[in-house]
Amino acid sequence: MPQHRVVITGLGVICSLGRNSAEFWTSLSQGACGIFPLELVDRSRLRFQNAAEVRGYRAEDFFTEDRIAIYDRFTQLGMIASQEAVSSSGVDWTPELSEHTGIVTGTATGGQTTEDAAFADLYLRNKTRFNPLSITRVMANALASHISMEYGIKGPAFTLSTACSSANHAIGQAFWMVRDGLVDIAVTGGSEAPFSLGNLKAWEAMRVVSPETCRPFSKNRNGLILGEGAGILILENRDQALARGAVMFGEIVGFGMSSDAHHITQPSAEGAARAMKVSLADAGLQPEAIGYVNAHGTATPANDAMETTAIRSVFGKHADALAVSSTKSMHGHALGAAGALEAIATVLALRNGILPPTANFTEPDPACDLDVIPNAPRRVTCEYALSNSFAFGGLNAVLAFRRAVA
Amino acid sequence: MEGIVSDTIAQTVISIIAKTKRISPESITLDSTLDELKIDSLDGLNLFFELEEALDITIPDERAKTMRSVGQIVGELEKLLSGKGAKDSDTAVQT
Repeated sequence: MPQHRVVITGLGVICSLGRNSAEFWTSLSQGACGIFPLELVDRSRLRFQNAAEVRGYRAEDFFTEDRIAIYDRFTQLGMIASQEAVSSSGVDWTPELSEHTGIVTGTATGGQTTEDAAFADLYLRNKTRFNPLSITRVMANALASHISMEYGIKGPAFTLSTACSSANHAIGQAFWMVRDGLVDIAVTGGSEAPFSLGNLKAWEAMRVVSPETCRPFSKNRNGLILGEGAGILILENRDQALARGAVMFGEIVGFGMSSDAHHITQPSAEGAARAMKVSLADAGLQPEAIGYVNAHGTATPANDAMETTAIRSVFGKHADALAVSSTKSMHGHALGAAGALEAIATVLALRNGILPPTANFTEPDPACDLDVIPNAPRRVTCEYALSNSFAFGGLNAVLAFRRAVA
Repeated sequence: MEGIVSDTIAQTVISIIAKTKRISPESITLDSTLDELKIDSLDGLNLFFELEEALDITIPDERAKTMRSVGQIVGELEKLLSGKGAKDSDTAVQT
């Protein structure tokens, strides 16, 4: 089967760093941190206090009442990102193209804020009936379905859920579908809205959330900061994109997956390294071609040391020449949307020749002895980059990107 | 008095470890480390959860990280039980 090159012709983002990709990039390229005291949930009932929320978000600024009634917050964020991505791509769906366009979205917990509120009504207030739209607001595929309806997209559409790797797994499947000619265009990415009391109490019990802020690779790192948001990319067969004169923001050149077969919470460097190697092999790249790695970099003690070991095992000597940063230090850990935010950060970093830093870095850790671009962005033009996502449960997904070449 | 409290706490800790790891209480001493007892990070989370439920306290994350032996757990729990009011304040740092 002939393979097509796959370019990115549209981008859309909403998260703590901004409500569109321009605002997102401005924050990232300045090393601005989007972590603040939690506002969506009563923080007096939580041991951790800070989060990366879309502060001041009001659904009515974006949607009519009838849409708000059917969209959970994770769908709302996903639809806002989709709108920007579709609009920036300039794609005009003819009936034929609509059948050759796919949708693949990722989310860890879908519409859990709707579920949490409904359960509180049921158990605390003894309400006897649920909102009839509860099921369709909660279902993990709600975003994919609403994108399909909004834009009349009629090709293969589905959602997958692999915790913190969900978006990378989704983008990877979409990439392969376009590369192999199953579709000409794919709308893909991830969306997450984790801020309900029930979900946050579950995170609290895992003891992995920082009591202050997110400091990836720093010796005094003490956990992740949860974030919300959505990132959507429009992937397109390069020949078609060239033919219609589309703007090309970047290119996806490889995707690799692996599973640790190890532990439900402890990560394995062997599994993470294997996903990076498979991604490089899928792209036909030598490790030395990579200039930048957008790390999974959660700022838990376990992840960052494991990821350093994995990167060193994949890149050997070249690891010392590699620039690595965790943008989670700014947009938080957006779970099922994390890979999508980080894919867009990576694409814009390559396109603009500026590598976003690891913010909140205060103290080098011998167990994380990589060039992590501490605190200040760096002006460097790289040709190729990787973006890592590793999930609880040991499911790893790594995307390989190339700078846009006209 | 303090000795009695500690004995009770030690018994609670040992019996919870014995139950969750399915080992005999006699095989657990105050000197046993969590590593020796094959308590990994996830088992540790469950152990702290069981202790919080049994003693009606909250073990802050920072203290949980320092508890690497049965004796250390008993010592930290004594401190937490003697100053229950301060149980959450040392993690509520804002940036």
